Amino acid sequence: MLAQGSQILSQAPAQKLSAKRGATAEAALTFVLGEGYHTNSHTPSESYLIPLRLTWDKGALEAVEVTYPEPHLEKYEFSPKPLSVFTGTFRIVTRFKAPLDAMSGPGLATGKLRYQACNQTSCLPPRTIEVKLPVVIQ
Amino acid sequence: MSLARSPYALTGGLAVALAISGCGLFRQVRAAESSLRAEKERKPAPELALKDADGKTVRLSDYKGKVVLLNFWATWCGPCRMEMPWFIDFERKYKDKGFAVVGIAMDEEGWQVVKPFITDLAVNYRILLGTTSAADLYGGVDALPTTFLIDQEGRVAATHVGLAGRDTFENGIKELLSGPSAGSGNPAVLARAR
Repeated sequence: MLAQGSQILSQAPAQKLSAKRGATAEAALTFVLGEGYHTNSHTPSESYLIPLRLTWDKGALEAVEVTYPEPHLEKYEFSPKPLSVFTGTFRIVTRFKAPLDAMSGPGLATGKLRYQACNQTSCLPPRTIEVKLPVVIQ
Repeated sequence: MSLARSPYALTGGLAVALAISGCGLFRQVRAAESSLRAEKERKPAPELALKDADGKTVRLSDYKGKVVLLNFWATWCGPCRMEMPWFIDFERKYKDKGFAVVGIAMDEEGWQVVKPFITDLAVNYRILLGTTSAADLYGGVDALPTTFLIDQEGRVAATHVGLAGRDTFENGIKELLSGPSAGSGNPAVLARAR
């Protein structure tokens, strides 16, 4: 509903993930948030805040578990209590499983990161960015 | 709805750039925005037609002759939540003096989330459900809260992107209510604000 103009959060290029059929493998995605901004963490301090969430599309690999970094508790002028946030550069780790019947070879895992960012005085609308992870199944 | 074609492109870009660059200058601009635009600098507030919680269409022109505080907000926006009790107070204090607050909720989930919130907060002013096209009319409203003070002639006398001080709003309201000759703000700064 609101303007989706400027992207304040971006994904750094991801390293290729190698996964063996029938095994699990972990990939860390790095995200960079503009200076002066924070996003709510995956476990916001207040129920009204929109959590950050990484989800993966169905593909050759199955996302088994997503592990978010430890949030910071930071105090802002507009909130009476510290908020659970991510700032700067942060990494989210996903554990994938390669099914036994997965086709071997290179591919691309895709997903979505939904977040909502604010600075000290204003908030940007919730946004969703596409995330990409090059994979190779052996 | 791109910033590039927005009349508020400078405002949005400036706010983001200053916030990113460390907020020091941003605070100066915020302080400067407390002044109203000079009357000759004011532009007509775009007409709006949006639904209230009862489904009734409300137009900005329904408030002709009044000073209006037009506030774009959302339930997920912390700074918006901080300002709303001030607006409740302004509505109570100045309603009978030719003033009205109009809140435009920009929540994608609509009344399902907005109604419980405004009931809990006992909001005493009119809340309308915003649309993309309404936001576009006011420059895209890239950041919340964004608040416009509109004079009795239906012109935008001040624009505040982000959290502004309670006194900033109240001084502006009082100045506008005091008469049509009000508004001797610094045109150079105000031109940047819109």
